[in-house]
Amino acid sequence: MKKYTDTGKKDTRSGFGAGLAELGKTNENVVALCADLTGSLKMDEFKANHPERFFQVGIAEANMIGMAAGMTIGGKIPFTGTFANFSTGRVYDQIRQSVAYSGKNVKICASHAGLTLGEDGATHQILEDIGLMKMLPGMTVINTCDFNQTKAATIAVAEYDGPVYLRFGRPKVANFTPEDQKFEIGKAVQLTEGNDVTIVATGHLVWEALQAAEQLEEKGISAEVINIHTIKPLDKEAILNSVNKTKCIVTAEEHNYLGGLGESVARVLAENNPTPQEFIATSDCFGESGTPDQLMEKYGLNANSIVKASETVIKRK
Amino acid sequence: MPHNTQQLEDFVTQVRRDILRQVHKVNSGHPGGSLGCAEFFVALYQEIMEYSTDFDMDGKNEDLFFLSNGHISPVFYSVLARSGFFPVEELATFRHIDSRLQGHPTTHEGLPGIRVASGSLGQGMSVAIGAAEAKKLNKDNHLIYSLHGDGELQEGQNWEAIMYAAAHKVDNLIATVDLNGQQIDGSTEDVLPMGNIKDKFLAFGWEVLEIEKGNNIVEVIKGIKEAQQLTGKGKPVCILLHTVMGNGVDFMMHTHAWHGKAPNDEQLAIGLEQNPETLGDY
Repeated sequence: MKKYTDTGKKDTRSGFGAGLAELGKTNENVVALCADLTGSLKMDEFKANHPERFFQVGIAEANMIGMAAGMTIGGKIPFTGTFANFSTGRVYDQIRQSVAYSGKNVKICASHAGLTLGEDGATHQILEDIGLMKMLPGMTVINTCDFNQTKAATIAVAEYDGPVYLRFGRPKVANFTPEDQKFEIGKAVQLTEGNDVTIVATGHLVWEALQAAEQLEEKGISAEVINIHTIKPLDKEAILNSVNKTKCIVTAEEHNYLGGLGESVARVLAENNPTPQEFIATSDCFGESGTPDQLMEKYGLNANSIVKASETVIKRK
Repeated sequence: MPHNTQQLEDFVTQVRRDILRQVHKVNSGHPGGSLGCAEFFVALYQEIMEYSTDFDMDGKNEDLFFLSNGHISPVFYSVLARSGFFPVEELATFRHIDSRLQGHPTTHEGLPGIRVASGSLGQGMSVAIGAAEAKKLNKDNHLIYSLHGDGELQEGQNWEAIMYAAAHKVDNLIATVDLNGQQIDGSTEDVLPMGNIKDKFLAFGWEVLEIEKGNNIVEVIKGIKEAQQLTGKGKPVCILLHTVMGNGVDFMMHTHAWHGKAPNDEQLAIGLEQNPETLGDY
């Protein structure tokens, strides 16, 4: 089985910051808006290098989304930055009407998604954002897994014309995807080849899935790990091709099972090839304060949980 | 193209007919606020703004208009059509299935002249500010105009935007508030008194100009031209446009009753009689 190496832990939000800084140099139409979280979103470098293209809106997310929609009229490519909770739930109607329904080329960039925000607790740990965003017609939804991929995705979405929700996180996590990768929206990345179970993971759970695959290999189970960085549009072909071989699947995400990646995958399978599926996701609950590792353990979002789910789903074949 | 006062008034009269006929045909829509703003729209599109009817979304080197209170779509559609953005005959499809003239304006159906969807209230000020900032980045000296209902100011997002515009010196924006004192449930004073709106804008750091006779086309044009003189001086500009809801149709005036209600056949006939055909019905 192909092995992956952590080249040094980094936060995905810094990947966003690095990508945005790069875009600042290469695309003069890129503008950035931030609602008083410049440091948290790692937008400092863009701000320092391009102050005329950086818009501090204060703690006013609704205005930020509306302004971003307006700035596209005139050819700008706005990247908005705040926490995932304030990027989605707080401004759902602004995104729905001024961005999605209006077809505006706005990139909604959201950090601190999910439980791994940690100690701040449930007020800030949104676990419903993927669902909220994927339900909007025309919205592309991306959840990247590490620093390198987040940087590549940030650069890639600027080239795509249309609204995008780009989700990433706060903690330092393994950085294992290639530095020079080309990010293709909607194209899944197969990380390992396997015959017994397909593990489809997104965001921080991709590394956990790889750890799980190693543990499963020691038990004589061969797992095919697929990194689904784009939840919408979903790479149906990659999923169907894999389950055609493995006959069972585990989906893994740092999100509520309602509305998340798992449900999107389940629909594809139900329509095309009904397949036993286990869901690694939160179970319709709010989070709480704790360290990221404690929370991922308590809510069952880590390699151990994926191993157990894989063993369960294999028995259901 | 400059017009004399009679030509402009004739234009307004025809727009009123279009409004009544659009909402009557589908027995739905918002005639009251539409009628009250007829002079404002005719002033903008016939006298004030520089624009191309060869519609381009980016609108570079053009003045742009954003309608925040999207429910007054009948007046917007009528003036856009009669200004050359799309065929006047298309007004007959207002609120019909498969129409580009949706109940509330949208870019989704590709109707020329519309740059953002509106209807869910309180969002247009932010969009207008964003477009104004884009114009500054593009070194485009044309202006952004926007229109907002007075009741709409109850939406908090407006005040985020109003605060931003002053703080960031968005001085290429003229935001007009339609002060008709009415909203769906009654007068704004009954529903949620907003105090002194002029003082609020002034306190937030805007220039404020009042047009007391918002249903007098000459006064409206004069007022907007005065507002233009206030742009480019470091402050966003607000026009408080005093209008009468339902203006031009006697039984619809001075009441919220016609905010979102269509006239029946008899009422339509009376309304049309009070506003004789001038430019030709569609």
